[in-house]
Amino acid sequence: MDVRTEIIWEINVEILVCVRRVPDTAENEIELNSAGNDIERDDLVYSINEWDNYAVEEALQIVAKAGGNVTVVTVGSEDDEEVLRREMAMGANHGVLITDDAFNGSDGKGIATILKAYVQKGKFDLILTGVQAEDGGAQVGGMLAALLDYPFASLVNSVEVVDAKKLKVSREIAGGNREMNEIDLPCVLSIQTGINEPRYVGMRGIRQVASLEIPTFGTSELGVDASSVGGAAAKVKRVDYFVPALGKGAEMLQGSREEIIDNLIGLLKAKGGLK
Amino acid sequence: MARIFAYIEHKAGVADDSAAELLAAAKAIDPAASPTAVVTGWGADLDSVCNALTTSYTEVWKIAAESLAYPNAELIRKALAKVVPHGSILLIPHDHFGVDLAPGLAIKLDSTFVSDVVAIEGLDGASLKIVRQEYGGQVSTHVRCDVSSGAVINLRPGSFKPQENASANGTVVDKSSEVGALSSGRRYLETVVAESGDVDISKQAVLVSIGRGIQEKDNVSIAQDLADAMGAAVSCSRPVVDAKWLEKSRQVGSSGQTVKPKVYMACGISGSFQHLAGLKGNPFIIAINKNPKAPIFQVADVGIVDDILEFLPELTTKIREL
Repeated sequence: MDVRTEIIWEINVEILVCVRRVPDTAENEIELNSAGNDIERDDLVYSINEWDNYAVEEALQIVAKAGGNVTVVTVGSEDDEEVLRREMAMGANHGVLITDDAFNGSDGKGIATILKAYVQKGKFDLILTGVQAEDGGAQVGGMLAALLDYPFASLVNSVEVVDAKKLKVSREIAGGNREMNEIDLPCVLSIQTGINEPRYVGMRGIRQVASLEIPTFGTSELGVDASSVGGAAAKVKRVDYFVPALGKGAEMLQGSREEIIDNLIGLLKAKGGLK
Repeated sequence: MARIFAYIEHKAGVADDSAAELLAAAKAIDPAASPTAVVTGWGADLDSVCNALTTSYTEVWKIAAESLAYPNAELIRKALAKVVPHGSILLIPHDHFGVDLAPGLAIKLDSTFVSDVVAIEGLDGASLKIVRQEYGGQVSTHVRCDVSSGAVINLRPGSFKPQENASANGTVVDKSSEVGALSSGRRYLETVVAESGDVDISKQAVLVSIGRGIQEKDNVSIAQDLADAMGAAVSCSRPVVDAKWLEKSRQVGSSGQTVKPKVYMACGISGSFQHLAGLKGNPFIIAINKNPKAPIFQVADVGIVDDILEFLPELTTKIREL
């Protein structure tokens, strides 16, 4: 008989979760502004990037089992404090805002360079990012790992703490299959949606963290060379936005709901959609 | 002109379909380009992939190592960083492997990274103009990339149409000795195959497929009722599985099942490319979504702008009356 009992870990994993505030695509129709150089940002509803929220929940579940602390960090502006507070209301111990005019216009490498400087000021065992952002390219986690020379795993959909030195993680690969890996700490993981069920955050929770101090860091605090980040250093730059024209587009059914349903049933019969 | 390389994924001795797409993308950067294929792996499988590629690529770089028998991106990144010359443009498929490999590789090669490219408009000096999508495909953006110190470019699968090429009659160049010993802090253990579910959606002729628009678990029965009335099965997009409203085996898409129904009703599904990648066989697509700008309307045959929570029950009632 297997008599292994559950180990009470006191591994104390120090976790940094990199998050972003983005326009919520579930709440907004994204449209172009009149100049075509950005999306129309007036009246947009912003929220935590969905992938990042799963990453914070995963961090909280890891420290609940193994001990430790969760710090959430974002590179942005004062407007982004609200997502830090939201994640602190979920249970993150610390929030950190990295902001400096010199950081504006950074590309993925610039953001990774800034985050590297912050990571090196602390002592983190595990760094989590979301797999991607709504307007991003699934790049910062992998770049940050390479800059730090840490091992990296992307598309992570389960994390198990093996001991103080390593994790067992699964990666989502094609067809719903899972690739199991062992990975040494410290490391960087990009977290996929669906890995867990992020806890609900109510207004009461947000109010409880409203007065907590959120320290800010800029170029001087981080010791970042301003010429290595920001718009001037960016090698990847958006020129404009446009609405894609893919395919011929659907024939839109018009009329009252009743007319549309009659029309649709006719189409379903013709195409073999009804048995 | 920078030298262009294409990283070739392969399985069981056969190159992935992306091999031909990367070749087409290289021609979009420079019509005169003659890109070099780079293949990593081990044994007879690697040799057969390399040999087959000589019909389309004029040069095929083979990197053989026993540690590369399974494509662990951590090890392959180290191998490529040693072999690919500084200043090159390296093309990689934007899939579960390319996402793992490429961003860090661009750092190691000290080159520019651009991800999930859907079109290449061309090179102007050292400035490459490409097209990306944002916000789930609701808007697109032109992006300029400075490739003067090289670039790693991830290309969306299916976006570049393979061309009919005359036989390249290429040669295989063995680069294995330049790589040396490889090790990584991440070790591949095993692949766990997805569990099959109660309904095999890949074999259904008619699918009622639901997305985020179904809003909550209790509403899934609305779709099930319609499917029952139609003699169809219920499938879904990723957010429904993430929320645990349906089993993973019901998910259509690149990280779920590939389906080939005759009729596909996309209900409250925005239509991300990952979802559409699971839809094969040219089905008749009916899209119902309350957002008239949802990308699904660009690929559907018939579109209806309405709230599925009201529309589907009325449709079910009408079908039951037939």
